[in-house]
Amino acid sequence: MKEFEPIIVAFCCHYCAYAAADLAGSLRLEYPPGIRIVEVPCSGRVEEELILKAFAEGADGVLVAGCLEGDCHFQKGNIRARKRVEHLRQLLKEIGLEPERLAMYHLSSAMGRRFAEIAWEMAEKVAGLGPSPLRRRTREG
Amino acid sequence: MIVAKPKPFPFLTEQLRPYRKVAVVGCETCVAVCLAGGEREVRRLAQALELERRVRGGVELLTLPLTVKRQCEYEYLEPLRETLKGVEAAVSLGCGVGVQYLAAAFPELWVVPGLDTLMAGGPTALGVWEEYCRLCGECLLHLTGGICPLTRCAKGLLNGPCGGASEGRCEVNPEVPCAWILIYERLRRFGKEELLRHLTPPKNWQLAQGRGPRKLVREEVRG
Ligand code: SF4
Ligand code: SF4
Repeated sequence: MKEFEPIIVAFCCHYCAYAAADLAGSLRLEYPPGIRIVEVPCSGRVEEELILKAFAEGADGVLVAGCLEGDCHFQKGNIRARKRVEHLRQLLKEIGLEPERLAMYHLSSAMGRRFAEIAWEMAEKVAGLGPSPLRRRTREG
Repeated sequence: MIVAKPKPFPFLTEQLRPYRKVAVVGCETCVAVCLAGGEREVRRLAQALELERRVRGGVELLTLPLTVKRQCEYEYLEPLRETLKGVEAAVSLGCGVGVQYLAAAFPELWVVPGLDTLMAGGPTALGVWEEYCRLCGECLLHLTGGICPLTRCAKGLLNGPCGGASEGRCEVNPEVPCAWILIYERLRRFGKEELLRHLTPPKNWQLAQGRGPRKLVREEVRG
């Protein structure tokens, strides 16, 4: 049987994580193939509904990556995103999904290596949890 | 504005368990401003309810996210009539008034409140709301410098202060400033301290809680 490869939607801020992912690519750093990067203008743009939608469409995990604290181009977008993610993890539990399927990270555009690390970390954590129950159902029908 | 807060999500999933087609109806007015029942909250809740049903299993749930300008007026609810055909239940993200209007407008629809309606108040910081008016029916803010002692004094004193305040904080709840000290300071700024000698007689509470629901009729604007 083929090993389970989780699909992880990564909402990446244009000013940091997205550039860091780019850098990881230029550095020829390998990161897990199941990562699906979505560029956003700020991590604060990632509404709760958007995260839920990713799960609804079958994502096994979602990560939101924003700037380091104090570095947000929109002042507090990353702090808002962090709070929102924390709050949403509670809702995920109530929905019946493991809260660990959702995580928030902070990094800068120069941290290509860190981006790859984060991607592996998340992929391993989610692989441990197995496929999302929503994904299984999506596939069945 | 009316300030409300979301009911716990598990309460809603339990209430809606028997239904397969459910509308989530928000309101663009007060509850949207207090981030409890606007379009964004409607979409989020509808999405979350569907996910929960898919994860837990059982009959598939179809949600209809809808938001109206004001849930407390029939003319804004009327246009939903077509859309709501065949819908078994609704969660209203309106205040208590909105919930009741929705239920009355659609007698075939089982309506569940999605919010707890708390108070007439306003935001005092991002994510913080406070009560400002008890809707007493006969405003006396002209005597108190625009600070409501019924609402903001823990004892609701009409002729304060009680004398228990310490360092400007209320003796009942040190988190809030003593309303009567605020009143005194404001009256003094306007040179109207004399107003404190005015003895306010007991309030006519019949205006607030008389016989059943209050009713207002204004002939001059009546249709
Ligand atoms: S006096 Fe009555 S109407 Fe005026 S603010 Fe206070 S509770 Fe409201
Ligand atoms: S301390 Fe001030 S606000 Fe508190 S009960 Fe006494 S008069 Fe009212």
